[in-house]
Amino acid sequence: MSQAIARKEAPLQQVPDHPLEDLIRSDRIPHIWCPGCGIGTAFAATLAAMKASGQDLSSTCMVSGIGCSGRAAGYVKLDSFHTTHGRAIPFATGLKLGNPRLNVVVFSGDGDLFAIGGNHFIHAARRNIPLTVICLNNLNYGMTGGQVAATTPYLARTTTTPAGNTEAPFNLPLLAWAAGASFVARWTILHIRELTDCIQKAMLKNGFAFIEVLGPCPINYGRRNKEKPLQTLKLYQEQTIIRNQADPSDLEIDFSKKVVLGEFVDKERSTCIENYDKTCRLL
Amino acid sequence: MTGDEACAEGALAAGCRFFGGYPITPATEIAEHMSERLPGVGGTFIQMEDEIAAMASVLGAAWAGQKSMTATSGPGFSLMMENIGLAACTETPCVVVNVQRAGPSTGLPTMGAQADMMQVRWGSHGDYEIIALAPCSAQEIFYQTITAFNLSERYRTPVFIMTDEIIGHMSEKVVIPPADQIRAEDRPKPQGRKDRFLLYKPGPNGVAPMPAAGDGYNVHVTGLTHDEKGYPVMSIEAQEQMMTRIKNKILNNLDDIIITEDHHLEDAEIVIVSYGISARTSMAAMQQARAMGWKVGFLRLVTVWPFAERQIRALAERVKAFVTVEINLGQIHLEVTRAAAGKAACHLVGHHGGAIISPDKVLAAIEEVL
Amino acid sequence: MMEYWRTPFDAQTIQVSQGIVHIIEDRCKGCGYCIEFCPKHILAFSPRFNKKGYHPPEVLQPDGCVNCHYCEIICPEFAIYSVEVPTAPGG
Ligand SMILES: Cc1ncc(C[n+]2csc(CCOP(=O)(O)OP(=O)(O)O)c2C)c(N)n1
Ligand code: SF4
Ligand code: SF4
Ligand code: SF4
Ligand SMILES: [Mg+2]
Repeated sequence: MSQAIARKEAPLQQVPDHPLEDLIRSDRIPHIWCPGCGIGTAFAATLAAMKASGQDLSSTCMVSGIGCSGRAAGYVKLDSFHTTHGRAIPFATGLKLGNPRLNVVVFSGDGDLFAIGGNHFIHAARRNIPLTVICLNNLNYGMTGGQVAATTPYLARTTTTPAGNTEAPFNLPLLAWAAGASFVARWTILHIRELTDCIQKAMLKNGFAFIEVLGPCPINYGRRNKEKPLQTLKLYQEQTIIRNQADPSDLEIDFSKKVVLGEFVDKERSTCIENYDKTCRLL
Repeated sequence: MTGDEACAEGALAAGCRFFGGYPITPATEIAEHMSERLPGVGGTFIQMEDEIAAMASVLGAAWAGQKSMTATSGPGFSLMMENIGLAACTETPCVVVNVQRAGPSTGLPTMGAQADMMQVRWGSHGDYEIIALAPCSAQEIFYQTITAFNLSERYRTPVFIMTDEIIGHMSEKVVIPPADQIRAEDRPKPQGRKDRFLLYKPGPNGVAPMPAAGDGYNVHVTGLTHDEKGYPVMSIEAQEQMMTRIKNKILNNLDDIIITEDHHLEDAEIVIVSYGISARTSMAAMQQARAMGWKVGFLRLVTVWPFAERQIRALAERVKAFVTVEINLGQIHLEVTRAAAGKAACHLVGHHGGAIISPDKVLAAIEEVL
Repeated sequence: MMEYWRTPFDAQTIQVSQGIVHIIEDRCKGCGYCIEFCPKHILAFSPRFNKKGYHPPEVLQPDGCVNCHYCEIICPEFAIYSVEVPTAPGG
């Protein structure tokens, strides 16, 4: 019916494309993500931000690791690299150092970037390698069926913590801040306008920029923790509070209290590329 | 100049402009030399946080359009394996140097071995083809490193230089020819319409041209099974097509890839087969055997992988026996035995690792066969 | 005053205009986010099935769309978007 309305008011040939059509590999859509999965929204926000950033898109690349979130690189119509589990950041590091004119965006999951790939994350932040790293945090390993992750809340149920998670999760912005990231923020997929503006800002930042995006995994995490996708989104709406420049140590994710969102770090620090050029290319 | 330094100089001469490494004895000197030399030629050196990251960074730099490399030894080589598989699957040119030390595990860090010869062939999961060269002197390391880059660019494949602690650390005279006498090959760049470009559509030699990120081709590179466009396709047919391409680009070009050196094979009754540092042992043994009037020849494998199967098979028709000399407990010996297919006897002069094999041992083995 | 399900943080800066909603039905996976979060409540599940067997949304009151793009940006599937219609004089 809506299609019909659209057609009535604008003749068929004038139906405009989706505003992000030119940035997606339409021949691969629909994507693999489940109904209600948060990855698609965060991915769309990333594309919108790329477009809005005014950066030269022909020299903009996306690098992903492995996981549901890691499939993002397969849907963007840019030079895109779907690498190995946990290794998106070191691959991106080589890409950026191999050609510093490239804008490199890493889009991957919490398990990929912070469990198997945690070491690479802290070192890239320490080096201040100019990358935009977007972590879709769905609090578990979605792709492999919902196992515990380094971000799974205390006592949450996953397939490998059937009695509840006995470990404490990472506070990702705190980790990024401590490792030296130039830009650190957190949003949810409900805060799309803020998220899109934030990714745009991060892309224009000359330094290591990290954005955590909370998004639901209704199929695995949601189901086992009795959260329907819309309930998760309500949590994002009701149980969050925006506090820019918040103290990174106050950023634990505990939806029984308020979860803090916002831009927490935005500082200037010379990048490893600038330092290398200054120090090693004296000749 | 040491073998390690010669390797670094060879890489620079070949046009290598990115090195991602992680220190490990006895390969560290390659990284150190590259860290000093690369910035001066417009390249970049980075010491990554581990060998997994080093290998990943090498692949990233390769897709940025650079000739890139890393160098390591046993434990680091083991850590690189997953991304080596990614390189094979995504047909990414790169060069990996393994300055072998005795293993398993931490083994003898400062003592040589040749026991990673099967690991280099099969270390990552799945079927695939790689190219591995085994130089036997510092001078040869210089040239073989250039050859390694040329082959990796020509065949879009990881190429390995399998040296060892002994030649890596040994100082020898190395002549570096003027740049205009060095032939450095670059990967073929695609031509024609960018929107119709297929990232894995084989060219005349079975290899697709390769653009760099930023060239405007919007490539998609994945370690999932993919079609010629590079898109993931989860089907048995796509798997077969991809595997066939990855294997055939090597297997259909064996004559171009395999380098061997023949010494007195014409009338040989016994043929020593060896490579790398053990080739020097073998050469000495052969010369002493000839001096005693024994009909001994020597087949040196400069290219160890793909294996010189055809050569061995042909020799097996007319020689009495092969004696494989290598600092391991029988790795290439297995290949020689397989290729000889029962037509000639196959003997091993091996070593547990940590030292070179003396020519006497080889002579003793030959004497037994005679 | 326009009624929002939740007041957008940038409510002041959003140009209030009229929009036409386009839906690529076969891309939809029926998550309902667009329906739930449309500030004007003008979307609903249609009774139809798309190729994948989901009920895509339909527009209940075409005139009610204020072209805020929220459905477009929250949709994980690139399945729905709005475009501006020039506001009629005095409208
Ligand atoms: C080396 C390696 N170990 C394990 C796996 C299996 N594996 C695939 S995805 C994944 C977890 C992904 O979790 P996350 O990064 O959070 O992504 P999500 O699916 O939740 O978006 C794992 C363990 C793998 N592909 N490679
Ligand atoms: S399993 Fe979870 S993370 Fe993966 S696509 Fe489905 S909902 Fe998303
Ligand atoms: S643009 Fe979408 S969300 Fe906004 S009013 Fe129109 S239908 Fe509703
Ligand atoms: S948000 Fe997209 S996928 Fe979800 S119901 Fe609406 S159109 Fe369908
Ligand atoms: Mg996850």
